[in-house]
Amino acid sequence: MTRDDVVEVLLGCLSVLAQEEPDRFKLDLSEETILFGYDAGLDSLGLVMLLLSVEEALHARHGVSVPLMDERALSQRHSPFRTVRTLTDYIIANFG
Amino acid sequence: MSFTADAEVVVITGTRKGIGRSLAEHFLKRGATVIGCSREPTDLRAGGYEHHCVDVSNEQQVRQLFAAVWKQHGRLDILINNAGIAAMNHALLTPGSTVERIFATNFLGTFLCCREGARLMQRNRHGRIINIGTVAVPMRLEGELVYAASKSAVITLTQILARELAPFNITVNAVGVTPVETDLIRSVPKEKIDRIIEGLAIKRLGRPEDVANVIDFFVRRESDYVTGQTVYLGGM
Ligand SMILES: NC(=O)c1ccc[n+]([C@@H]2O[C@H](COP(=O)([O-])OP(=O)(O)OC[C@H]3O[C@@H](n4cnc5c(N)ncnc54)[C@H](OP(=O)(O)O)[C@@H]3O)[C@@H](O)[C@H]2O)c1
Repeated sequence: MTRDDVVEVLLGCLSVLAQEEPDRFKLDLSEETILFGYDAGLDSLGLVMLLLSVEEALHARHGVSVPLMDERALSQRHSPFRTVRTLTDYIIANFG
Repeated sequence: MSFTADAEVVVITGTRKGIGRSLAEHFLKRGATVIGCSREPTDLRAGGYEHHCVDVSNEQQVRQLFAAVWKQHGRLDILINNAGIAAMNHALLTPGSTVERIFATNFLGTFLCCREGARLMQRNRHGRIINIGTVAVPMRLEGELVYAASKSAVITLTQILARELAPFNITVNAVGVTPVETDLIRSVPKEKIDRIIEGLAIKRLGRPEDVANVIDFFVRRESDYVTGQTVYLGGM
């Protein structure tokens, strides 16, 4: 699983969710898209939905099990969920 | 995905005996596919029934159970968290290990199954979760502190999870069960059971059908506006 694969999965999931729930996902799709924080284009439930669908898609497409909500991710000083880029880096560093 | 009774996929925990077994038979009669579990194997053999030997307090085993459900059926409509254990004792005579054991099955087990089950249900943006409570909670039964406290936790879980899962179109409710003649209460003295029944509006033992009846209401398509509720049997 390459970095590009992960970015593709992340943006793909965001795009599907934005179509399904336009009120909850108000964002442009790029690596700089902010996912977490006061300036994010989605709320906390939106982030839960995104992480669930990313876990599912990575498993279905690349056969990797990526438990994103583990204590490692939640205890980091700089949240790995901040942007598409940081989330991608986190996934590659821990599960790539 | 549409919700049709004849294709429903139901996971019930604790189906080897007692109320769980009756619920499995009830849903099989409805034409559902039932996936049951318990720590020990079952002698229930029926078309549409699958059994897994799973301890609901074991996170890995619970994960594997729900992964198997998805792989095999690609959907989960109903989850009934029935597996439960009890122990009666005065608080001053209760070892810590008993507290851990009861909370592990009754609360942690319910939590783990809810989490894994809801992860499947949210994929189809539909689902019904039913937890099993007890009249020992509102009756504040002496000698049942640990059991009742573990079921109190299940009721709080039901109320908060109902809110967290509502955006996914998943409802979470509970049935508050009165004494039903199963192995769970076999060692409880008759006078104690009689006293509990005396405290109910309707003075008789509960039956598995009474539990199934409330569950039937919760899982109806029309009940999609009912969540976070506990219905107590017997007029508690
Ligand atoms: N009977 C009553 O008077 C009464 C009253 C109020 C509430 N309830 C509740 O109703 C539910 C069912 O009770 P019941 O009366 O049918 O009890 P039961 O006859 O003792 O059956 C309990 C079932 O749960 C399974 N089980 C227990 N621990 C488990 C674990 N860690 N993992 C997986 N399965 C487990 C058992 O199978 P294995 O031993 O093979 O694991 C068995 O199939 C419980 O939640 C109980 O608290 C019962």
